[in-house]
This record gives sequence, structure tokens and C-alpha cells, in this order.
Amino acid sequence: MSRFRVDDWVGGILRSLSLVACVLVGSIAGFLVLESLPALRTLGPRLITDSQWYPAADATGGSFGLLPMIVGTLAVTAGAVLLAAPAGVASAVFCQFYAPRWVAAWYRKLIELLAGIPSVVYGFWGLVVLAPQVARLHPPGFNLLTGMLIVGLMILPTVMLVVEAALAAVPRSYIVGAAALGLGRWSIVRNIVLPEARGGIITGVVLGMARAVGETMAVVMVCGNVVRVPRGLFDPVRTLTANIALEMGYALSIHRSALFASGLLLLVMAAGMILALEWVQRQSVGQGAG
Amino acid sequence: MNSPPTGLWIVVLLGCCIGCAVPTGSGADGSGAAATASGTLQITGSSTIAPLISEIGKRFERRHPGVRVEVQMGGSSRGAADARRGLADIGMVSRALNEEEADLHAFAIAADGVCVIVHADNPVASLSDRQIAAIYRGEIDNWKQVGGSDHAITVVNKAEGRSTLEIFAEYFGLESSQIHADVIIGDNRQGIKTVAGDPNAIGYVSIGTAQWDRDHGAPIRLLPAGGVEARVQHVASGRYPISRTLNLVTRTQPSGIAKQLIDFAQSPEVHDLIEELSFVPLPR
Repeated sequence: MSRFRVDDWVGGILRSLSLVACVLVGSIAGFLVLESLPALRTLGPRLITDSQWYPAADATGGSFGLLPMIVGTLAVTAGAVLLAAPAGVASAVFCQFYAPRWVAAWYRKLIELLAGIPSVVYGFWGLVVLAPQVARLHPPGFNLLTGMLIVGLMILPTVMLVVEAALAAVPRSYIVGAAALGLGRWSIVRNIVLPEARGGIITGVVLGMARAVGETMAVVMVCGNVVRVPRGLFDPVRTLTANIALEMGYALSIHRSALFASGLLLLVMAAGMILALEWVQRQSVGQGAG
Repeated sequence: MNSPPTGLWIVVLLGCCIGCAVPTGSGADGSGAAATASGTLQITGSSTIAPLISEIGKRFERRHPGVRVEVQMGGSSRGAADARRGLADIGMVSRALNEEEADLHAFAIAADGVCVIVHADNPVASLSDRQIAAIYRGEIDNWKQVGGSDHAITVVNKAEGRSTLEIFAEYFGLESSQIHADVIIGDNRQGIKTVAGDPNAIGYVSIGTAQWDRDHGAPIRLLPAGGVEARVQHVASGRYPISRTLNLVTRTQPSGIAKQLIDFAQSPEVHDLIEELSFVPLPR
């Protein structure tokens, strides 16, 4: 009898804590929408299609075009994912199937350490070490390429750890059975393990992508922060997050509202990625693993 | 199974949340409440003034135990906005107030100049005002056009909302939309690090910060402006053309520990701190 009572109390606590979390997320989204309304109403779709961002221009009341920043965010994220996804999957496969046990253990610890380094430290390292190296290819070193390299390095541990968990979840019987049938190691990995772990691999990549979209401090320090649509890898860029970080402290009225609108845009992007992830996982449930 | 209704749980939890929120509302209010010298002062704004106020704040804390002075950067516009919105007790603004800020009270604590810096290895020793303006407009883009080596110029500009940008642009007759930058940086230190790391960079920062960093080993050179060398002595004598006052601003007439700190910052007792950071103390 008393066991049921404890269950009910625990259930009630958990239910209300979840509700609090929902309410918090909902109120953040609602607050963003509320604060963006003035800019959305005054500027409309010009907010995302214009490429001029001069908030302080007195004559015209300021131009607020987010296009260069949107392109900047997408470019840095795409580049970072292109670098980190193959490297992350390869590292995970190496750790699980090719490395001797003690090497795998140390490698995993190293990656976990990398995952824990704060982003401002990455940014500082990029500013002082990586940018001068990139500058030797094309001065100065503060451009899209440096941003992609730094953010790619930052999301690599995320991707690798999630993918490795997915690889470890593949039933051992599959691997043993395949080996009994005479398949070689790479054959097993490529034809049995990777397809089975596909859902987890995509989860890892999308989580990395979401982190890349939200990265601020490292990007402010190494990307150059010039408001211009980049025409090549060596052009400076400003991302939506860097824009908010540089200007939110003093922005007033329409300028502030436009920055909130860019925050709302980031939220929509993140939500879009999570929904896409849901959809992909639902597709791969039919094949077995998630 | 009889569980307590979910509604009851929600009420209990929301009650706890509200209960936690109420006491923190009266947290960082320095200028009103302090009859005895205790409390916290929030000071935000210009990255030029921030190191100076940090040092002054530390000395003030030693004299008034129980007082904490917290300093954050973010630019002069942030300092004015935070003071007006009550997010900071005192704002730091490294220029004279403009018409929109006439409702704020300003207290000058020191004078400073803005100078153009290049890397120490750069052979160019001086540039005329017209050359600097042309470089920033993108009309001159190679050092060999102004007597240096054959390398592209890396133009370093400050982000909007920084008073150093406004003073620089005003003196050289540039609109901020005319400036073609290769890198945009936030505070003075980031600017100095960027120029010190690139032999082909040109940037501009506060003279005090630049002189202090150069004397402590940063590989930068300060260029003269209007024919006058960029030295603190010339800012003091008034010969250097690009100078500005460093101000502390408040929304209302200050009282309590905010007033005590402002009086302290304007007193002769901190002149040694001001000179140590290569700014110019103002005569009282």
C-alpha cells in the first residue's frame, strides 16, 4: 500500500518539474516573439533579405538587413559540420573497432577533455595561434576558414562521443554472426554496424550542427566580424550570434528589436534541426536501432 | 492509486519559484540604499576606462570594507544605456555626452587621446591625416602606396557603439558606413592583440592603453596625428588633436556610495593610478 503512495508523489513531482521546464522554454520563445514584433512589423521580410546593417545611420533611421549574418552563420556551420562529421565518425569507428583497448580508453578521455574546454578558450587559442597560421596562407587570418576550423574542432568531440555510443549499442550478436560468416573487419563496420547505427550517427551530427549554430565567443574572436556576404573562404564574416553579442549591450528601440528578431531566427533554426532529427529517427526506427 | 492532483503540485512549485525571485530584486542597488558604506556598485561601459576604474575601485574597496565594485566592459554606448535603464549604478563613457544623453549627469575623471597604431616591424613611421582617411575608406590598400613594403593593408576597425570609433571617425571626417574594414574588434585589448599579431595591420585605440601595452612589450608603434607625436604629455598639454574626456555618468544626481566613489575618482588621491595607466589627470 505505502509503495503506491511513494510512486504517486514521485510521479507528481516529476510531472510538475517537466511542466516548469516547458513553461520556461515557452516563455523564452514568447518573450523573443514579443520583443521582435516592432522590428518584424516595421521592416517585414526586408529584415532577412537586405544586406546593409547600419543601425546608427541617422539620416535613414538605420538599415537592418540580416542577410550577411544569416549567410555567415550558415557558412560557418556548414563548413564546421563538413569537417567534424567525417572526422567524428572516423574517430568513433577507430575507438570502437580498430584501436587496442588502452589506446581507445586514452583517446576517449582526450576527446572528453576537448569537449569540456570552454568556447572562449578555443576563441583565444584561435586568435593567438590559428589565425596567424591562416594568415600565412592569406592575410589577415580572421576569416570564414578560421571560423570553420575552430567551430569544427569544437563540435568534433560532441559528434564523436554520440556516434561512439551509437556504435557501441549495435548488438554484439550481429558482429559475432558476421565474423562467423567470414566477413573482414572493415566489411563488418561498413555493411553491418554503420547502417545499424545510422540514427545515432545522424543524431550526433545534428547535435554538433546545433552547437555550431549557437557558437558565439570563439566566432567573435576569429571571424573578423565585418558585415559583408562572404564571397570566398578568406573573406571575413559576422554570424548572427556574434552580431547579438557585439551590439546587444547598447542597442535601443528598433535596433534592439531587430537583434531579438535575429535571436528568434536562431531559435527557429535550432527547432528546425531538432524536428528534422525527429523525422530521420522515425524513418530509421523501421530498420531496428535508433 | 490516489495521487495528489497535478494542479496542487504546480501551485506549490510556482510558489517556490516566486518566493525565490522576490529577495533578489533588491540586490545591486548602490546609489539609493547605502547609509553606511556597504553594498555593491555596478559599473559598466567603455573598455578604455574599465582598467582605470578597476584599479580605483580596488583602492576604494580597501578604504571602505563592505563595498564591492564590479566593473564590466561593453562600450561607451552600453555604459550610457545601462546608466539610463538602471542596470548599472555608474556608466563609463569615454567621450563627451551628446544631445540625446543630456539627461545624464557626467563627471570627468581623466583625459585620454585616440591614436593610430601599426605593428612595430612596419617600416612606415608616420602617415598624414589624409592618408589614414584614405586607407580606412579603402582607397589605399597596399603599404607600398604610402612608403612601406608591398603588402595588402589589414584595416582594423572598432565595432559600432564604441566611442573610440566615433571620435576617430569624427576627426578624420569619415562616416561609419564609409569605412572598409578587414577585421572588426570589440575592446581596446583585442585591437592591440590583432595589430600586434599582424605586421600589415593598422588600427586605432586609446593612447593610454597603447602606450601602456607598448611599454610592457607589445610590438606596436603609435603614429602621430596632425603632425603631433602620440604621447600622453602632448594630450596633457593639449597639443595632440584627437583627445577626449573620460567620464562617469549617472542617471540622477549620485548619492551614497556611488557619490563617494565618484568623488574619490575625481580627487588627487588617484592621480598616481591615472598616470600609471598613461592617462592624464584633470586639474581640480
